[in-house]
Amino acid sequence: MIRIEHIQKRFKKLQVLNDISAEFERGQVISLIGPNGSGKTTLIKSILGMVKPDSGKIFFRNAYINGSFAYRQHIGYMPQIGRYPDHMKMGQLFDMLKNIRGVPEEQLDNELIRQFDLFTMFEKPMRTLSGGTRQKVSAALAFLFNPEVLILDEPTAGLDPLSSEILKEKILKEKQKHKLILITSHILSDLDELTTHVMYLQEGNLQFFKEIGNLREETGEQKLGKAIASILKSEKEVQTVIRDLLSAVKK
Amino acid sequence: MFKVSRYVFYDIIKNKIILGYTLFLFVVSMSMFRMEDSNKKAILSLLTIILIVIPLVSVVFSTIHYYNSYEFIELLLSQPLSRTRILLSEYAGVCISLLSSFFIGLGIPVMLYAFNPTGLSFLFTGSALTMVFTSLAFWVSVKARDKARGIGTALLLWFYFALIYDGLVLLILFSFSDYPLEKITLLLSALNPLDLGRIFIMLKMDVSALMGYTGALYKDFFGSMSGMLFTSGIMIIWIILPLWLSVRKFKRKDL
Repeated sequence: MIRIEHIQKRFKKLQVLNDISAEFERGQVISLIGPNGSGKTTLIKSILGMVKPDSGKIFFRNAYINGSFAYRQHIGYMPQIGRYPDHMKMGQLFDMLKNIRGVPEEQLDNELIRQFDLFTMFEKPMRTLSGGTRQKVSAALAFLFNPEVLILDEPTAGLDPLSSEILKEKILKEKQKHKLILITSHILSDLDELTTHVMYLQEGNLQFFKEIGNLREETGEQKLGKAIASILKSEKEVQTVIRDLLSAVKK
Repeated sequence: MFKVSRYVFYDIIKNKIILGYTLFLFVVSMSMFRMEDSNKKAILSLLTIILIVIPLVSVVFSTIHYYNSYEFIELLLSQPLSRTRILLSEYAGVCISLLSSFFIGLGIPVMLYAFNPTGLSFLFTGSALTMVFTSLAFWVSVKARDKARGIGTALLLWFYFALIYDGLVLLILFSFSDYPLEKITLLLSALNPLDLGRIFIMLKMDVSALMGYTGALYKDFFGSMSGMLFTSGIMIIWIILPLWLSVRKFKRKDL
């Protein structure tokens, strides 16, 4: 569905993405994890065409997305921070996006709007809403058009436990509909039950991209958090061993 | 295209700054027309205020609006819309809001008290200047990533066109006063949309006699049909060029 080939991106002196290649298919839920500043958001933004990579190509359904925009009608995106025009009413925001997408009313997925009880707030200006409510709006917008691909950047950050649970249920439901879902999150326990694949980035390098089953098998850990921690630890051990060996050889 | 700009417009007209701007223009122009005995004098007095205020408000408001809409622009970018269309929609939204302010605040009084060629050329200049400075503001904001730097540059641009430029022109005229400079001053005035607007209105008011020989030349040139076309053409270039540059930059930009 989405194929990334040797993406490089550099912001001034900082190498944000270093030769990333990967292929995502329908039915996968990919957890994109890594420390702050590891290039997760930049990777997502490259897929959406907001950031233009220095080199490398991204394909959507085998079509190179070189500056085109029509492919984005198949993507629902929930940004990390949702800020909207101050005086725009929530209803107007939804109207505007429906207008842009032109998806007929009966094909819309209003479930999240209903569950988050947003219909009652349609007359409120966006500036009066709390951060959490804005986050709910962002989530509802991402799912509204029933897209084949969902890209969620820190979806549960800032949501109360109840809403966060609703959102997770919704993601599970969409997963069963055989969609491709990309999630970044720091709250690994949230991802445990959703994920099929784990992609780990560090300082712009792709450390690994593995199926969750394999990951659990290799590490013998059931929890995602522990599995990743143990992989990173063993990698560090390997590195120290190599370094020791090298210095021994030099001597 | 109006799918997006319509909503940008709805958002901006509820903004207090825009409401205040409209009210300010309305109060100032109404009081000028009521105070001065001839409406030409009133327009002359208004001209001084307008040539300072319109560019300033347009440039600062547009710049701030752009930076505040950054996340909203990101949201639009995740939709199936081209970058050119997103930026032009934003531009249209801002421009239409500022123009409506201008036409309500100044247009109504001018229509009431000075519905004549002078009044109309006044409205033409005002709206052209609004569009020119919104264009310039967009160019600056797309170029500068940092908000403080963007607003600073926008203010500097206003400062340059409203104050520094005239000083520079005077300096040139003084230093080369031994040479015939009429044609050159004509050219110099085209390089500043504010000057162009000012001359355009002044000549409509028959006060060019006060400006001596250069004034006569101006009158000869700007008063003619080709002069009017020249003014409109230059104004349009001043609108299109910065806008085109900002679209070009915006298309390549990382957001």
